Parts: sequence; structure tokens; C-alpha cells
Amino acid sequence: MTSTERTDVLVVGSGFGGAIAAYHLAAGGARVVVLERGPWLTGNDFDHDFKLGSSYTRAFDFTVGDGMSVLGGNCVGGGSVVYFAAMPRAPRFVFERHGSIGRRMWPSAVSRDTLEPWYDRVEEAIPVTKQEWSDVSYAGGLWAAACDHAGRTANPLPSAIDNSKCANCNWMMAGCRFDAKRSLLFNYLPGALAHGAEVRPLHEVQHISRTDDGDYRVHYNVVDDEDYRIQAGSGTIDAKIIILAAGAGATPVILQRSEATLGTMPNAVGRYFSGNGERLNTAVLNEDKVREVLGLSRGDGLAYEANQIGKGPTVASWDRLDGSLPEYSRFSLEQLYFPPGLGTILAQVPGATGPSWFGVDKKELLKRWRSWLIIFQMTEDDNEGVFGPPPATGNADRISQQMLGVGRLRYNPTANTLRGWAEADAEVKDILERDGLAEVAAWTNDVVGAYTVHPLASCRVGDDPDTSALDDRNELRGHPGIFVTDGSAVPGALTVNPAMTIAALAERAIPGIVHAAQQRGVNVTYGAPSPDGATSGRQGAARLVPTLLHR
Amino acid sequence: MTPRIRDEDQVRTMTLEAFADTIVPGEKRSPDDRAVAGAAPGGGAVAAGALELLEWDATGLSSGLGEFARLLNGHAQVYAAEHELAPDESVPPFVALPFEHRTALVQRLTTPGHPEKEFWVSLALFSNMAFDSAAHLHTADALAAGHPGLIAMGIELPDPDGLWRFPAYSYGRQLARLHPDTTPSGSPA
Repeated sequence: MTSTERTDVLVVGSGFGGAIAAYHLAAGGARVVVLERGPWLTGNDFDHDFKLGSSYTRAFDFTVGDGMSVLGGNCVGGGSVVYFAAMPRAPRFVFERHGSIGRRMWPSAVSRDTLEPWYDRVEEAIPVTKQEWSDVSYAGGLWAAACDHAGRTANPLPSAIDNSKCANCNWMMAGCRFDAKRSLLFNYLPGALAHGAEVRPLHEVQHISRTDDGDYRVHYNVVDDEDYRIQAGSGTIDAKIIILAAGAGATPVILQRSEATLGTMPNAVGRYFSGNGERLNTAVLNEDKVREVLGLSRGDGLAYEANQIGKGPTVASWDRLDGSLPEYSRFSLEQLYFPPGLGTILAQVPGATGPSWFGVDKKELLKRWRSWLIIFQMTEDDNEGVFGPPPATGNADRISQQMLGVGRLRYNPTANTLRGWAEADAEVKDILERDGLAEVAAWTNDVVGAYTVHPLASCRVGDDPDTSALDDRNELRGHPGIFVTDGSAVPGALTVNPAMTIAALAERAIPGIVHAAQQRGVNVTYGAPSPDGATSGRQGAARLVPTLLHR
Repeated sequence: MTPRIRDEDQVRTMTLEAFADTIVPGEKRSPDDRAVAGAAPGGGAVAAGALELLEWDATGLSSGLGEFARLLNGHAQVYAAEHELAPDESVPPFVALPFEHRTALVQRLTTPGHPEKEFWVSLALFSNMAFDSAAHLHTADALAAGHPGLIAMGIELPDPDGLWRFPAYSYGRQLARLHPDTTPSGSPA
């Protein structure tokens, strides 16, 4: 149990927040160790298989809470391995949101304009590309056509997919077998490894303490490769700088558990959690109407019946991303694929008179699965999630060998959040039920609560110490040398897919982290190019770097 | 399945089958099938392998299944008394309930606020997973063997190497006007 292992920088988690930090710190000359709770899977490890124990369950965590369940990555590369690679930038009004605190919740130093150079860096590194209509799946095309029919606009989503390799298999959530998804396994992580960073999978960090010489000590358990309920050892590593990027469902839990050894945590640790205002609707299409009303045909006799085909979301409607609308009335509506096993049970029977999510009518709904079109709403919620006291280990009491656990998040949606969902539901209905195109129903919140694949804000940046755990450089208030760079740092719902913003905010945090490391005697510099050597992103952000070095 | 010799295992199996059949109903396996109510045509959760999945320790539920069955039968007895349903002691109390009453009881147990909701939801989740994703089987094998859930949903067969590819995937043309405030890289402004 006792260990004298030391490193300069210890990174907890290897998703966007962890991988980006690990790359820059390692490239700058620091000794970096990354502890990742999940397994290290690549290429052929990514199965097309729903069987428990396949990559589909190994790489994911589904944490059931009280009123909110969270789906998150659990593998080297984190969310980037299992996500759908939609990478839009957040609309300008998002940074001006007040949310539940009656004042701007983003730090004054962060706006769409000041984040733009950091978005550019991410776009260059991953890379993120604009999609053409020829890249859009049948489901995305159907959504676009329905939006157009209803007088709305619709956009192909910018994405981190190499379309030349994509087989449109829709197994993205199990990791990409064809190396088409440009996850962190292809850019920041190999960059970090090339510069000497060490990534240790199946290492679950439990808490942090102080060493006698003023550094930090990270305490971890080793998790069994197959049955995550089993612990296969434990250890500690000392470091001068800690970067927490375990995900918004886990980072605050580690800090809560560390309160006994590190002292009082900022009030906002484990509070203000946002589910990105997410909610799902299922439309069951009338295939004849798809042909007659929208004029769509696949050319093989079918109009649609293509729920299974594609690459996650490809088209979104952004008409309601209008900054002149009142807060909680702005949302995007995005076509999405959601595979069986992870949420089909939550789809409700449109117009149900009996049970809506199980039973005879639900079985009939399942039999029309090929004609499903799932619409993903990203609205403005009220940051109403709060984490209760942490469980014995990790962030959940694990039930199954992988994936399923019960966490401590409580989420009781406010009237604002409910209003946003109701408006988004009505909009989806208005678009898709026109002229008998489809029948629509929202997913139930009564089974596992609301459901998010984009947990945010549980340890957020801000200017106000009472409502933000981090200062505007992502450093944990009252605990210098601990930084948080994952989705928990994002102050609130973004109304679009958040990966691009999480990554940009992490890029923005790096100069300050490097500076803090230098102050602690670490021989490290800031200024690495993109992992592939490109430099235009670095150039673009250079003028902002000096502003991020002082407190 | 005649209930003449009803040991604990049989009670447990029949009760859990009846629960799974309430989640995704199916046709009776034989005329004297009591656990499966026969409320819907085609195979349901039971034919899809709900018991095999639940009994697999990977789910984390297997060690508690006896307790689930005992609790469910206790609730069924209370429910039957409330509704003055004629007792049928030849089968476990939940199995004795007519399908619409099984449904009503499961609704009650899974309603927000019920103290045992979490348990019944997890049992329902895995019952449904047996049908919609055959989580106890390799997906390609399950499809090849005619798995009732995957087939009913119309899931396509994979290529011979067990991987799915869809060379035809797009209508291939612009189907809506772009939002006027779209940046050159394709993001909202």
C-alpha cells in the first residue's frame, strides 16, 4: 500500500479533459502519469455485439441516480471513444446565460469570442470537419426533410469522423471498429505517449491527500479487467500538479471523498450539475407518408426503415438557438441513433392508455423499430443536480460486472427545465406529426429519471466563489495545484453537443496549468503544436496565452 | 409446466418468467403454460431468454432472484386480496394473476415513490434487454438462431465476418435550407 512513486503531473481520466492536458504537459517536458478507470481498447477490441462483456458494456458506465441517470465513457480515451463525434461549437448566447444564479454564470473572461481560438486548436488537432449532405444518413435526411416540410431549417453537424472509413454501421457507442471515428486514441493520446506520458488503464482514483512536503498524493484502486466489481489492488502516486478529468459524474465524487484529507471543498463541488437539458423523443414513421409527403425513397423500394443505418446524429435543427428568445426556451433538436439495450425501454408508446414503456403496446412499438426516428433535445436546464455523500469506492455502487451502477446524484427538475422540455417536445411533435408523418412520444423520466449522455457543471468555472468550484483558469478554489478540465468545469447546459466546448475549455486551461507547474519547480514549457505538428491553432491562440498566466 | 411438484426453484422460475412476460409479453410455449400469459403474438421476453440473462451473474441480479420472486409473490397476494381475485394455489401468486392484473401490479411497483422501485426497474431493464438486445448472446449468433426479439425488431444481419456495414446510407441530397447563422465550419454562430 505504501509507495514512493512520484511524478510531476498526475491526470485522472483520459477523455477530452485528461488527454488534452496530458499531451500538452508531456510535450512541454513534464513527467505525466494518466490514471484511467476503464480498459484500454483499440481497433479490433471494438465489437459489434450487444452481449454483456463486449466493448459495448466494457467502455461505458450507466450510473442510475435519483431523478437523473448518466451515461459516460469508461475507457482510455473516455467519451471520445464511445461518443457520436458531433462537434458543434456552442452558440454565442450560451456564454451569456444566467441560469439559476441571477448573474452571468460563465467567467467574465470566457465568451464565444475568447473561446474561438481554443475551438480552432481542437478543430485542428482532432480534426473536426464540416459534413456534406452526401454524408448525412437516411435518418438525418428524413429529419431534415421533415424540418423543411414544417418550414424549419436543418444543418448537417460538424463531426470528428473520417467519412472515407465510415461503414455507417451505427456501432459508434461500442467504439469504432473501422478507425473512422477520430477519437482521442488518434491524436492527443498518442501525442502524449510519444512525449513520454504513461497511461494506466483500470486504475480508479478514490481520493487525494497531501504529502508532508506539500505535494499531493493520489490514492487509487486497481479494477479487475472483466468484473469491475472486483478490486485487484491499490496504490498511491505523489505529484506536484493534479488534473482531475474523471467526468462530471465522477470528478466531484473524488473531491467530496478527499474533503477528509484535503480540507473543506468549495461549495459548488458536487452541486450545479447539469444534464445538458437532455431529453429524447421517439417518432414512429408512417412509411407511406414519408414517401408521399416528403418524397423520400431509398431507391430499393423502401422510403425509410433505416433506424439502424448511419453514424449517430448527422443533422440538427437550430431554429430555436436564437439568443433573442428567453432563457429556457432555446434548444437544438438533433436526429440521433440510440442502440437497443441502453434506452429502448424508456421509449414510450405514443398516446398510450395503458403502461407506456412496457407491455403489449410497447412490444408493438418495438416491432416498428426500423421506422423509428429518435430526436435528441438539448435544452437549457437549471443546474439542479446535487451529489450526495460518496459511495465506498468509485462514483457508484456497481450492480453488474460492467456498466450498471447506482450513484448519488439527485436531480429534481425545476419549472424552468420542465418548461424547456415541454417546449422542445411540442416543437418535435409539430414538425413530425404534420400530415400524419409520424407519431411521437418523449422518453419516460419515471423509470430511471431523466437521462443524460452529456453530464456537465458539477465542479464548474466561474467568477463567483459561492457558485463556482473553479476560478476562471480551472483551478480548484482553496486547493492550489488541483485543476479540473473535464465536462464538470463547463458552467451549464450548452444547447448543443458539448465535446467541442469541453475540449476548447481544456485547451484554454493549459497555459495556467503549465505556469502553476513551473511555480512548483517542474521543468515544463507551454507551446506544443497540434499533436500532428500543425501550428496554425497555436498561432491563433498565442495572443491569449499571457492573459491566462496570472491569477 | 404442471405445478404438481413445486420446489423453490420452480416457484422462482415461474414467477420471474411471469414478470418478464409482463414486460415484453409473448405467446404461450405450450397450451398448459401458466407463466407466459399469451397476451401477445410471437415470442416475448421469456422466449428471448430473459431467465438465461437474469441468471447470469454478470448482471448482478442473479443472487437476488429468489428474493425478488418471494417479494413479488407477496405483493401479488396483497394485490389479489385487494381485488378479491379467486386464489389459485396450483401456481405461485404472481403467476395466478390474470395478465391485466400482473400489468397493474408491475405498474404499481415501478411507479416513482415506491420504496422497492429500484429493484423492479432493474428486473424490468434486464427482461427488456433479453428481448431488444439479447444481451446474454453474441448478437450475430442470436440473429442466426432466429432470436425472437432481434428478428421482431427487424435488425439487419451482419456481413459474413460478423460486422455490420451499410454501403447505401444516404438520400444523398440537400433536404433542408441551412440555418442562416451558420459559421463557415458548420457550427451555430
